[in-house]
Amino acid sequence: MRFKHTLVAAVAIMAVAGQAYGQEISIKIGVMNDRSGLYADLTGEGSAVAARMAMEDFDTAGKGWNVEIVSADHQNKPDVASTIARQWYDEENVDVIVDVPTSSAALAVNQITREKDKVFLVSGAASSDLTGAQCSPNTVHWTYDTWALANGTGTAMVASGGKTWFFLTADYAFGHALERDTSAAVTAAGGEVLGAVRTPFPGQDFSSFLLQAQASGANVIGLANAGGDTINSIKQASEFGITQAGQKLGGLLVFITDVHALGLETAQGLVLTESFYWDRNDESRAWSKRFAENHNGNMPTMIQAGVYSSLLHYFKAIEAIGNTDAQAVVAKMKELPTSDELFGEGEIRADGRKLHDMYLFEVKKPDESKGPWDYYKLVNEIPAAQAFRPLADGGCELVK
Amino acid sequence: MFELLGIPPQALFGQLLLGLINGSFYAILSLGLAVIFGLLNIINFTHGAQYMMGAFVAWMLLNYIGIGYWWALILAPVAVAITGIVIERTLLQRLYHLDHLYGLLLTFGLALIIQGLFRNYYGSSGLPYTIPPVLAGGFNLGFMFLPTYRGWVVVASILVCFATWFVIEKTRLGAYLRAATENPEMVNAFGINVPRLVTLTYGFGVGLAAFAGVLAAPIYSVNPNMGADIIIVVFAVVVIGGMGSILGAIVTGFGLGLVEGLTKVFYPEASATVIFIIMAIVLLIKPAGLFGRTA
Amino acid sequence: MTASTANLTHRTGLGDTAAGMSMLHRGIFIALLALLLVAPFQFYPVFLMKVLCFALFASAFNLLLGYGGLLSFGHAAYFGAASYISAHAAKVWGLTPELAILSGTAVAAVLGLVFGSLAIRRHGIYFAMVTLAFAQMVYFFALQAPFTGGEDGIQAVPRGDLFGIISLRPDINLYYLVLAIFFLGILAIYRIIHSPFGQVLKAIRDNEPRAISLGYAVNRYKLMVFTMSAALAGLAGATKAIVFQLASLTDVYWTMSGEVVLMTLLGGMGTVFGPMVGAFIVVTMQNYLAHMGDWVTVIQGVIFVVAVMMFRKGIVGVIGHWLKRSL
Repeated sequence: MRFKHTLVAAVAIMAVAGQAYGQEISIKIGVMNDRSGLYADLTGEGSAVAARMAMEDFDTAGKGWNVEIVSADHQNKPDVASTIARQWYDEENVDVIVDVPTSSAALAVNQITREKDKVFLVSGAASSDLTGAQCSPNTVHWTYDTWALANGTGTAMVASGGKTWFFLTADYAFGHALERDTSAAVTAAGGEVLGAVRTPFPGQDFSSFLLQAQASGANVIGLANAGGDTINSIKQASEFGITQAGQKLGGLLVFITDVHALGLETAQGLVLTESFYWDRNDESRAWSKRFAENHNGNMPTMIQAGVYSSLLHYFKAIEAIGNTDAQAVVAKMKELPTSDELFGEGEIRADGRKLHDMYLFEVKKPDESKGPWDYYKLVNEIPAAQAFRPLADGGCELVK
Repeated sequence: MFELLGIPPQALFGQLLLGLINGSFYAILSLGLAVIFGLLNIINFTHGAQYMMGAFVAWMLLNYIGIGYWWALILAPVAVAITGIVIERTLLQRLYHLDHLYGLLLTFGLALIIQGLFRNYYGSSGLPYTIPPVLAGGFNLGFMFLPTYRGWVVVASILVCFATWFVIEKTRLGAYLRAATENPEMVNAFGINVPRLVTLTYGFGVGLAAFAGVLAAPIYSVNPNMGADIIIVVFAVVVIGGMGSILGAIVTGFGLGLVEGLTKVFYPEASATVIFIIMAIVLLIKPAGLFGRTA
Repeated sequence: MTASTANLTHRTGLGDTAAGMSMLHRGIFIALLALLLVAPFQFYPVFLMKVLCFALFASAFNLLLGYGGLLSFGHAAYFGAASYISAHAAKVWGLTPELAILSGTAVAAVLGLVFGSLAIRRHGIYFAMVTLAFAQMVYFFALQAPFTGGEDGIQAVPRGDLFGIISLRPDINLYYLVLAIFFLGILAIYRIIHSPFGQVLKAIRDNEPRAISLGYAVNRYKLMVFTMSAALAGLAGATKAIVFQLASLTDVYWTMSGEVVLMTLLGGMGTVFGPMVGAFIVVTMQNYLAHMGDWVTVIQGVIFVVAVMMFRKGIVGVIGHWLKRSL
């Protein structure tokens, strides 16, 4: 009799245990970014490395999960991105897409992810529309966005003396958005926008536009452009003696890989906003060292750090609810506060916006740097509460 | 100061000077294309890729062998010209008897190959190449600050363009070339090795493209896409100037740089399109181009 | 057109009568239809739809090049413009898909008429350059105009309901629509080629001065084929916008014009089935080699070079030559 009870009890326990652990968690992660073009160093293979590190650090293998990572190159084109996303979701059972730099591509993937009810963890793209007009219950926007950058660089530079501004704006939707957001931040902080010039996109030669900026006499020349355009404008500003003559350059979308490509000689004094720097504190240094060992000695960019951080939190949410249902996981991600060694403490809002502190950096002079990748000095910290666009202002339908 | 057309003349002169600098690149590149088309009837779509190779060879010479800018100005064009000669000998030569649109398709394919290979090995972000110290710094001209290097670009291109024009129009060698375009059999009958002349001419045109590449390396970023972006514009320049006209290419190149410079001041959004509008207009009114001879 | 231009195209041969379709061609069309009717159950329908759109695009281009003897380097203008109009019509004006596609096609036809009337005044390389210039202007317009969305393109284009009743959201429904459009387009092209109009066109292609001396208004014929080619290219573009629910700058960029040349060259200029084969190969290659990044560009370049040096007839041209039939 007792034996029979024990047996029944044992079976019952195993059945319950089976329910909890036997539910096979199977996740296929798609790392989609630029692997061959302008943003290959910024995102590229490094993001896949970061994703793998997230897998290992969360010990998905030890927990019995079946996690697979695939990657693809969207060449910064929305049509290629949408084709890959469709195929991944329809044919290859991908559950979550991460990274995706270039806002036009990210918006396309955002759309398709919503249609197919999967998850999209954006790290690479900047458009604040992803948590605004285009917000979705399937998307979380990590790392940064245009509003945060505009606010960080714009407000901070005005506060440190850069009252008058002149913009070099890449003549396409993203450039216009960047100019618009930064103008608003500058004006709100008490500064004045003296003018702007639209430069054909993409461009090679900015000399004549820089000359116009110089003629305006503004304290700050705001570079509302990205990638190659930014690099060329900075190089040419130095060549024409503009920075030497006293005007400061405000990089509205500059990454550490751009500074690396430019060299400190040219980029020194540039002010920019990022949410992660490998050398910021002990934890970031330790993680970055591990990252560099897996990635040819290259230090991680904030985008790659964002991929790691977003996946870690995604795994936590899945563990908490026990399944991979898209909207349920994202809802759980918004419920749980975030905490990791890269971005510190934070949370995800109703509109999908991840909140964390942002940092204003200035590029060091060549003699201030101890070696490659030692490029930034911290100028200011912007607490999470002020760094991102207020919830009510976004126009997101998820926010009632 | 009084205002000319709505902007102070200082600013205007500054922009014109910058336009002239850009025009120098257009002039050398279109010169190379015009030489190749005018004398060989080949539309060299690979020109942009060869310009890019010139910049890359200069970079490679500096970073792998330690050879600096001044030597690169000579060595890079020669190296790229040799690759051009190889292409001409092995591939292009076999297409002369066909419609010259095949030459265009072949060179288009070659451009894709070259650009794809360089993108694979060097990525798309661009590599830095510093301005040689002798040419660093600049002059304050009053109405603007002119970097010395840019001044050098204008001087170098004017010299090269003049030298090329002189050789083709005023020397015996040039005379052979021009005769060979019009009547290759006759010139061959006179004992001139026409095929070799053609090969060397192609090599020279390619070398000109590479030379422009070396000039560009310190100021534009050295990246595999630099040729693709500029080749379409250069085609337009050559077509406007007259496909076979050397003088046309030079004058139009500089001229278009100036026009583009002005557009950047008054209506910057259109500065990329203005050249195509002009090309369409010229082609419809004067089909042979401004300086061209045959339709 | 000079005599050497005739080398560009495959000579017509047996089975190419003005009246009716040859047995061989009829057989090929039927087999193709049968194959495509069952294909979506084996292959990913969205991939197949992409192939069909580009096959139509390439065939439209071939109409101008292979049968008209005119190399246009700016066909992306018609493909892309139609794509944008169709996307805008479906998304902003709320038109049903068939109307959206028709409006896109109509705009492409008008553009073709306007650009064509200016371009045909020139010949050979100058003609190609003028078409390229016009395409660049369309590109810059697309880049700047507010309704095209610039870099983002027009996204989230609704697939809608065909005729207001049949939902096109399931891939399989949309596939059959695209298949129908494709066949309509191809058969239209076939009819044009094998008609009295088509015969005059070929005469002009082979020897323009003689055609003029025979009293044909060659410019009118050239303009008509240019417009038809542009309209059909537009049909392909407009359909593509509905399939992918996206219209972007890639559609109007000059590399798209280059790709359609590649497809036609590879498949076989001046053959009926060549461009379809070329399109299938290029699209498949891009799809399955996507992970190879820039090697795809290199491979495309190599194919171009090999095709120009050794396979000027293209794949179908070579097969046709071998079988001594015109394909």
